[in-house]
Amino acid sequence: MKTVIIKYNAGNIQSVLYALERIGVSALVTDSIQEIQTADKVIFPGVGEASSAMQYLRERKLDTLIKNLKQPVLGICLGMQLMCTHSTENNTNCLGIFEEQVKQFETSDPTIKVPQIGWNTITALKTPLFKGIAENSFAYFVHGYYVAKGKHTIATTNYIQEYSSALHKDNFYGLQFHPEKSALVGEQIIQNFLSL
Amino acid sequence: MLTKRIIPCLDIKDGRTVKGVNFEDLRDAGDPVELAAFYATEGADELIFLDITATVEKRKTLTELVNKIAHKINIPFTVGGGIQTEEDVRILLQNGADKISINTAAFQNPDIISRFAKNFGSQCVVLAIDTKLEADGNWYVYLKGGREKTNTLTMDWARQAVDLGVGEILLTSMNHDGTKQGFALDITAALSSTLPVPIIASGGGGTEAHFYDVFTEGKADAALAASIFHYKEVAIPNLKKYLNNKGVAIRI
Repeated sequence: MKTVIIKYNAGNIQSVLYALERIGVSALVTDSIQEIQTADKVIFPGVGEASSAMQYLRERKLDTLIKNLKQPVLGICLGMQLMCTHSTENNTNCLGIFEEQVKQFETSDPTIKVPQIGWNTITALKTPLFKGIAENSFAYFVHGYYVAKGKHTIATTNYIQEYSSALHKDNFYGLQFHPEKSALVGEQIIQNFLSL
Repeated sequence: MLTKRIIPCLDIKDGRTVKGVNFEDLRDAGDPVELAAFYATEGADELIFLDITATVEKRKTLTELVNKIAHKINIPFTVGGGIQTEEDVRILLQNGADKISINTAAFQNPDIISRFAKNFGSQCVVLAIDTKLEADGNWYVYLKGGREKTNTLTMDWARQAVDLGVGEILLTSMNHDGTKQGFALDITAALSSTLPVPIIASGGGGTEAHFYDVFTEGKADAALAASIFHYKEVAIPNLKKYLNNKGVAIRI
């Protein structure tokens, strides 16, 4: 099986590669259109800022490539957000795979910190991506923007309000949390994705 | 619900773990990679590695260590000690660190905070502040591992740093560090209720009850300790069970 991690100007690419290595899977980190097209599984990671990431993807024609992929694709954190239609982070048009808006967390309560950093629970788990994962398992989140609950939601989390911590449409999956940093739960989810 | 984080801190010297009591008198507490893996299994929510040698020639040792840790553990970790430039940050992140922590260099050149935040994102920039309550009743910023006093109030520096883009603050009370008499609740609560970023309380944790106090009265988002974990005076699974039973949101 050929697993690729899409290389672009985002932050956690190495962490995802190391997480795969920990579970005994070798992966190729690449921005080569041909390598990505011929992969069995594609991981689209990301920590960073939406508009500069989209600009980078467009310059390399990776935007068109990603949304036309037919094999299972897993977006992580910013990767998931970029798979949506639009992000209010610097008013960025994204890939439009999930028909969802990405918005900033807003609260008038000064004791609630934005971004959310830390471990929170995932519930209402759907699809084989969460096979063997118990309801209310903990996952590690770092994000200031979120996607509301909608028709593509396959997991929810509560921070300020209930929102989508995972999305699914056709061959595309997205996780708002970081499976590569979510201990055994995260490793199981990565295994599940690779078994799709 | 977002949970409070328990963070063991590993002080690193020449690739080994040490713990300073009041920043001096170092003792060896083991191999950092093994210790890190042990803590991850025990339920630590995150780890922090502070390189206390942090000389240029030791940089490579630290980088190799970070790479080994990243291959071994499945929870987030922060690396600090001697970080001054974008290149320092890039190398650590490329080798698998999730966040970097800066202290003296940021105080002397606050511009690096905004540069790091812009290039790598605020989420990976942790500001460490060593603070001390003086006889005049104010908390002051100390530099260089607590050896050099400044005339800057901790609250003022913390606020400026947040404006520049730090994503979290690791606050160590020098009055409490190494005492095992409890965390500095007042300054921790003051920062946490004023600033929009998470506060990691450090210094003074000696018992399970001290962690309860710092999460409730101290309003901390996370609490850090070292020797009590290294020498198994407090076991993380027991600590988390205790906090959970007391109604603190915690990852079990």
